[in-house]
Amino acid sequence: MWKLLQIELFKIYKRPRTYIAFAAVMAIVAVVQVALKYDGKSYIDFMMSGLSDTFEFQNEKVLNGYLVCFIILNTLLIHVPLLVALIAADEVAGEANMGTLRLLVTKPVSRTQLILVKFAASVIYVILLLIWMAVLALLISMLIFGTNDMVVLRNDSFHQMQADDVLWRYIMAFGYATVAMSTVAALSLLLSVFADNAVGPIVATISIVIVLTILSEMNIPLYDKTVKPYLFTSHMVAWKGFFYVKSTEEGETIKGSIENLPAIGKSFFILVAYMFLFVGLAIACFKKKDILS
Amino acid sequence: MTAIVSVNHLSKHFRDLKAVDDLSFSVNEGDIYGFLGQNGAGKSTTIRMLLTLIEPTDGDIEIMGMNLKTHRKEILRNVGAVIEKPDLYKYLTAQENLSLFAKISGVKVPSHKIKEQLELVGLIDRADSKIKTFSQGMKQRLGIAVALIHDPKLIILDEPVNGLDPQGIADIRNLILQLSRSMGKTVIVSSHLLNEIEIIANRVLIIDRGKKIQEGTATELFDPVNTLVELIVADVASTWEKLQQTPWNNNLYAKEGDTILLRMHRNDIPSLFKTLSSIDVQVYSLSPRHSLEDYFLSITTQNRHVETFAN
Repeated sequence: MWKLLQIELFKIYKRPRTYIAFAAVMAIVAVVQVALKYDGKSYIDFMMSGLSDTFEFQNEKVLNGYLVCFIILNTLLIHVPLLVALIAADEVAGEANMGTLRLLVTKPVSRTQLILVKFAASVIYVILLLIWMAVLALLISMLIFGTNDMVVLRNDSFHQMQADDVLWRYIMAFGYATVAMSTVAALSLLLSVFADNAVGPIVATISIVIVLTILSEMNIPLYDKTVKPYLFTSHMVAWKGFFYVKSTEEGETIKGSIENLPAIGKSFFILVAYMFLFVGLAIACFKKKDILS
Repeated sequence: MTAIVSVNHLSKHFRDLKAVDDLSFSVNEGDIYGFLGQNGAGKSTTIRMLLTLIEPTDGDIEIMGMNLKTHRKEILRNVGAVIEKPDLYKYLTAQENLSLFAKISGVKVPSHKIKEQLELVGLIDRADSKIKTFSQGMKQRLGIAVALIHDPKLIILDEPVNGLDPQGIADIRNLILQLSRSMGKTVIVSSHLLNEIEIIANRVLIIDRGKKIQEGTATELFDPVNTLVELIVADVASTWEKLQQTPWNNNLYAKEGDTILLRMHRNDIPSLFKTLSSIDVQVYSLSPRHSLEDYFLSITTQNRHVETFAN
């Protein structure tokens, strides 16, 4: 199994397409960082406009590396599924398109092993992509903008964390994002099993994520309890929960607290359940598939 | 002779289409087994079932004395294959592809062995070139090297000369002969190119519409009594009439352009030549039509064949 995984990673490492995602992340992060560096004040003014009557913020302190990373993640994590699908959807369908799938299946490796290894390779790719994103969005932002207490807006309120109470939250958030993106990778892999060309599963993955995200975000009472809790996209944004803190009755933030840890835990398990479902279905379908390509 | 492959009552149905229908055959150790059939006859489907790419609807496959369903991994460790186009990883070099497929086959192959394989298929100079720069013939040869890298006992080649130029075809043909004669491998080779099969195979299976039509040695299948002989002459109509006046009348088969076809014993060709000289016919050429091709057409598409010639 380990040898097969090494082979799979070697193929991903050698494939030029792999680096598109890394370059795209770098470009988007750089664009946001440059914009905030030169016009961050206007952005913060706009962001805080609803609260400035009630609270007084020192904008130069609010705009720091931690907030910049939060802004980038908010923007970028919606688009990362596309980058994940580029690789995961290619895992089976791309091989079918190249004609190498039939050669792989004639080797003394079970089809279950093949799917598991391809999924594991996709997860490793997701981890590396998110580490890359963390380095660029968090570390580079910390170097450019410095660090300070972090303020996160949520509807008409805000959460404030002390500077030394933030880093661990990012580690948890990136960890959670890895699980969320791995679920997308599992969906792409499942769709990939049915196709002989990677374009179909890539488009299908993105379409599903977009449609379900819209459903998750829509404020329709009928869907709130009947549909939304069961959509995996509703749980993909739960990483934000790590930045929502508890406060005392006096309104003081409790250091090291998370407002609703059970909700994050529940979302985590739902994503893991979806991941198992998608990979399980991918294995079951691939085992029965006649390789005609 | 020990049977290395034994196929019993194999069938594959795609909804209403019977791609393979109750097919049974066996391949002996050391054979170059020719698998012959027109496009769509069921050759590739059968080969894909032998390689577990397709699940049979019915029937059993035994390879090296083991059931393919229950001993898939053990069997595939000893099988190498090229299925139609030898598609490999285009963004990897020849050496990287070989090394990768050796590892997937569960074999640790030292780099000198990889170089030996590349030498065998004449690609040693391109060891470090990416596959996307290879010609079709080079890919085909590398595909065979990939099939051989884990030293399998059985090699299955599905249409290995498809899309190759004459030199490429000759190279692959020589390689297959070398595999059998010098390396003692058993080779199953499918093709719709009859002359290729006739040249290299010692045993032949002919299938049509998923069914076995004939199985035997090339010599058994070649019927010298019923050879189709091509006679090219200056004046087809008058030669035809003249031959009708001779004992060759019963052998006249069809007219096709400037050619007259006769069905006859191959050994009688010199005697026909004498007759033609005696009746003053200007002969440009007199030769047997390709034997296996003739046989193949006569048994697979007899009706269409006769209609074409009759017209």
